[in-house]
Amino acid sequence: MELAGAFFYLFAATLVAAGFMVISSRNPVHAVLYLILAFFNSAGLFVLLGAEFLAMILVIVYVGAVAVLFLFVVMMLDIDFAELRAGFLKYLPFGATIGIILLIELILVLGTWVISPEISANATSPVPLAAEITNTEAIGLLLYTKYVYFFEASGIILLIAMVGAITLTLRHKEGVKRQNIAEQVARSPATSIEIKHVEPGAGI
Amino acid sequence: MVELWTNYGLPIAIIVLQSVALMVPLLVMVAFLIYADRKIWAAVQMRRGPNVVGPFGLLQSFADMLKFVFKEVVIPASANKGVYLLAPLVTSVLAISAWAVMPVAEGWVVADLNVGILYIFAISSLGVYGVIMGGWASNSKYAFLGALRSAAQMVSYEVSIGFVIVTVLLCVGSLNLTDIVNAQKGEWGLLNWFWLPLFPMFVVFFISALAETNRPPFDLAEAESELVAGFMVEYSSTPYMLFMLGEYISITMMCALMTVLFLGGWLPPIDIVPFNLVPGIFWFVAKVWAVFFMIAMVKAIVPRYRYDQLMRLGWKVFLPLSLFMVVAVASVLHAFDLAP
Repeated sequence: MELAGAFFYLFAATLVAAGFMVISSRNPVHAVLYLILAFFNSAGLFVLLGAEFLAMILVIVYVGAVAVLFLFVVMMLDIDFAELRAGFLKYLPFGATIGIILLIELILVLGTWVISPEISANATSPVPLAAEITNTEAIGLLLYTKYVYFFEASGIILLIAMVGAITLTLRHKEGVKRQNIAEQVARSPATSIEIKHVEPGAGI
Repeated sequence: MVELWTNYGLPIAIIVLQSVALMVPLLVMVAFLIYADRKIWAAVQMRRGPNVVGPFGLLQSFADMLKFVFKEVVIPASANKGVYLLAPLVTSVLAISAWAVMPVAEGWVVADLNVGILYIFAISSLGVYGVIMGGWASNSKYAFLGALRSAAQMVSYEVSIGFVIVTVLLCVGSLNLTDIVNAQKGEWGLLNWFWLPLFPMFVVFFISALAETNRPPFDLAEAESELVAGFMVEYSSTPYMLFMLGEYISITMMCALMTVLFLGGWLPPIDIVPFNLVPGIFWFVAKVWAVFFMIAMVKAIVPRYRYDQLMRLGWKVFLPLSLFMVVAVASVLHAFDLAP
């Protein structure tokens, strides 16, 4: 459909513009917001390709969770822009050299890229029609059968990373009053209050 | 010229018409939901509630809207203007756009996505941006504290909402919302809906939905007593209205989601003659109102949680419970060969 083409150009143009603004905007919070816009538009491109599962996961994971943390960290930072820009001219030749070296390397690598015949054979192998199987099902069938060991390995790596992060930051402070919910719920009038009969004018 | 019309003009015109047909009744319904919320709250506290504008005060929300629109927009001097004005727009636009995939009756849906439930989950997880942007751009301590609280809260409860959705999906075998409703169809009527077999998940989802939409008893983002109004303390007039509108639309969204996931969407409660002749849209709206009534009652009778209690409930109670239920439901489905 032609409309999909129009949307492709819309998403692609916004994506590139947002990507440019990420590196050029002066306020880091604005940069993160542009990054979110970029994620969003790439999700749009995924939808146009028919990969709706990937698109939604991209939005949920990157926009809904990762970018929120980015935004938090960036908001908390107290950045002095004048200091940041002070050494710009001094470091310009150095940065430019690194950039040019990277560019040349990329050109050399990508210019001589040859796709191996096995992979191009794979690419032409029959793919099930989109109407026969939804791509959520297709990914599930592949991920939990053929790649199940890699899937579980990545799960274990993430678990280790999480345990590591917790052990690094866990501190037990002394003298902190903690609330024991079960203990509080188990309280009864018999154990917690005492009724005294006070004589008039006598005090306790 | 004709080609341009058939290729671009017509599809866009159809999309716009469908969206308007969904949005106008939705916004009118939200206006009356706000009225109902205030009326229920008032009735619990033995007050009258809004009763001046129109019969029984029915037009109160519209009067409020007019007043909001005609007020002056005050922008704090040190606010970040662009982000400050963008935040309420983000909140309300995201809240409305989640409705695009909601089937309100058999086949009545603007976009019948294959991954409808994931789309709703994604959009509702983005609601936190309106809050963070509003809190940061106002350049005020109260607003920023409110935004931080709210963001942590929304991110925490999203996890258990995700697992609840997974348990429902295990019983359905599809991420399409229409399929989820159709999977609950059966001769037992309302006993076939998922609220009965998945009752603990229904409760978890209900409470998480309250936390996700910053409703009392989890309205720590706003907490009138300590943060005055949280992230929206600096907002006035139309931007403030957009925040409130977005909040209520996402509450309606959560009610509709509970209706679709657990209460059989547009299906009649008893599948016999007088009930199944009623159009599906009626049942859908009736169920949304019933769920909203429960939410409004919770607001009226439950005191606000403390912040550490809120986090404890999310991470130490709901997360293990919903994880356990995912495993339990999957094992039962596998053991008795019930999986679709």
